[in-house]
Amino acid sequence: MARMSGVRADAVAKVPNFEEIRTAGAAIRDRVLSNLDAYLFQFEQAAQARGVIVHWAETGTDVNRIVRDIAQQNGVKKIIKSKSMLGEESSLNHYLQEAGLDVRETDLGEYILQISGETPSHIIAPAIHKSKEDVGELFERVHQMPRKHTIPEMCREARMMLRPHFLSADMGISGANFLIAETGSVVIVTNEGNGRMTTTMPRIHVAITGIEKVIPTLEDLSVLLRLLTRSATGQATSNYISMLTGVRGPNDSDGPEQMHVVIVDNHRTELLASDMREALRCIRCGACMNHCPVYEVIGGHTYGWVYPGPIGSVLTPSYVGLEKAGELPNASTLCGACAVVCPVKIPLPDLMRKLREKSFERKLRPASERLSMRLWGYVAARPKLYALATKLGARMLQWMGGEDKLIHKLPGGLKEWTNGRDMPAPSGKTFRELYAEKKAVGK
Amino acid sequence: MRVALFVTCLVDLFRPSVGFASIKLLEAAGCEVVVPEGQTCCGQPGYNSGDRASAQAVARRVLQDFAAYEYVVAPSGSCAGMIKTHYPELFKDDPAALEQALWLAKRTYELTDFLVNVAKAKAVSASFKGSVTYHDSCSGLRELGVQSQPRALLQAAGVPVKEMANAATCCGFGGTFAVKLGDISSAMAEKKCAGALATGADAIAGGDLGCLLSIEGRLRRRGDDKTKVIHVAELLAGPE
Repeated sequence: MARMSGVRADAVAKVPNFEEIRTAGAAIRDRVLSNLDAYLFQFEQAAQARGVIVHWAETGTDVNRIVRDIAQQNGVKKIIKSKSMLGEESSLNHYLQEAGLDVRETDLGEYILQISGETPSHIIAPAIHKSKEDVGELFERVHQMPRKHTIPEMCREARMMLRPHFLSADMGISGANFLIAETGSVVIVTNEGNGRMTTTMPRIHVAITGIEKVIPTLEDLSVLLRLLTRSATGQATSNYISMLTGVRGPNDSDGPEQMHVVIVDNHRTELLASDMREALRCIRCGACMNHCPVYEVIGGHTYGWVYPGPIGSVLTPSYVGLEKAGELPNASTLCGACAVVCPVKIPLPDLMRKLREKSFERKLRPASERLSMRLWGYVAARPKLYALATKLGARMLQWMGGEDKLIHKLPGGLKEWTNGRDMPAPSGKTFRELYAEKKAVGK
Repeated sequence: MRVALFVTCLVDLFRPSVGFASIKLLEAAGCEVVVPEGQTCCGQPGYNSGDRASAQAVARRVLQDFAAYEYVVAPSGSCAGMIKTHYPELFKDDPAALEQALWLAKRTYELTDFLVNVAKAKAVSASFKGSVTYHDSCSGLRELGVQSQPRALLQAAGVPVKEMANAATCCGFGGTFAVKLGDISSAMAEKKCAGALATGADAIAGGDLGCLLSIEGRLRRRGDDKTKVIHVAELLAGPE
């Protein structure tokens, strides 16, 4: 992660007004969220005028059904996919395979995960948890080819394995980084070129994206692209930016005969109506997780669902339910590193704190924790009682520290502190006591 | 200048010497220091645990106890940050308290920030002999912009600072985080220690006792009983 944060810092330093661009980006996203219905309607009209079929999906189940129906109505057998986080939200691959369709991931990271039977651990670098050696071993086993040792050799081998699928697929599925309301375009931002092949080579292209991904104009896109690639990978621009606008025209040499856009809610309108709307500004760059010291220690899979890192700690409770999100809102020291780098200024620590308040109010935290917080609040608001409690506490902690003045095992609700470290013990009297003694002597 | 010292709950309980060092530094910079008696805690444990009602109850006391002073100074970026950046949010639905909170926020400072930018402390010396590496605690750094201030003071006192690569990365303390998710917290503390030790500095210094307790606790657990872990105020004020 140090490498990812380093390249971002270098890229941002080369743009003198990057902070102004962040402000502009946040404003664009807020304008969209305040007028989402209008921009989505405008997009639908513009896309339909270009021959695109627009579908509306309320849930992940709807997404799966819509995509399966498109495939079955068109006699599709083989599907190639470029990255789609929405597909991950609804477990689309699994569903389509159950329906008897042959689905192939073509993004290198997603391909690695598909053949190893894993899920992404990062939104833009899905296989970041795997080492070069892991992948070499996997390819040797699955491809039945001699072991490769360098990354270029492995890439070459993956391309060789994927090429026949690109040429024989009937349908391509992609996500969308943005939908442009004024032109009806689907924009995808990629580095590998698989996205462009997935969306233009098969006769049918299906793009799946969330309702929040629409933006008003191409002018707005230019602002957000400057933020996205620098924040994500430290690139001034990505290798490919595809603007997919409508089906193949009579004079076009390539492009799909059919183009579908599936626009998904999946709990986004609930988030829009809540006091946590800023989370929907997200443009999925991954900077928050690249800069998160908790993510760095625990990795993406620990977050339990599609979106890891700080944005995952906010989105997962909102999309799957706070009661099912476990420790996620608490899985942060609120250090603020994410908020500082977020290209659209999502106040991630504040949103996590709001979720903590909601779980406290809804009694989702353990009773012992709620009771100790209430007890702390009661005592800390009563100075005399507090002075007595800390006076006793200081002596108790000093005693527990023993001769080496280190507590090796703390009790009860504090015990996790000493799982991996000691607690330096205090010297036995509080500041309050010592200061009073000193003042008494002074008089 | 009349300064009220916000001692902080951790200094009160775990390391009173940081409080006395702060008084010494403020007085040396020409301030009259008052320690309001009723003070307990800024309310952050409740605020960050989702217990807004408890946080408000504790913070209301702070609003009262510190209303009468020209400046409020805390030897902690975390507590000063709580008062300065979060009290206004905490009381956003209570106009009377909000007004007090905004007024308090305006007058509240982290210790090194206050010494450098308000008191313009000139003659600083340190009895500490040796080099230090400085840990930037998160709230001080990102909420209050405390980064150059402690370094300026250390430089003025002639203490060499050896920068660690991860100076601005969270140490894993995070208040109640350290006891709710202790294993993750310790793993983060380990990374901080590794970065700090790689500098070869004689001591790890910082401006927040919470971070320092976690860092020192991890150092001792991994068997290091040599490297000192010291609050910047103690370092600059020397022994009592």
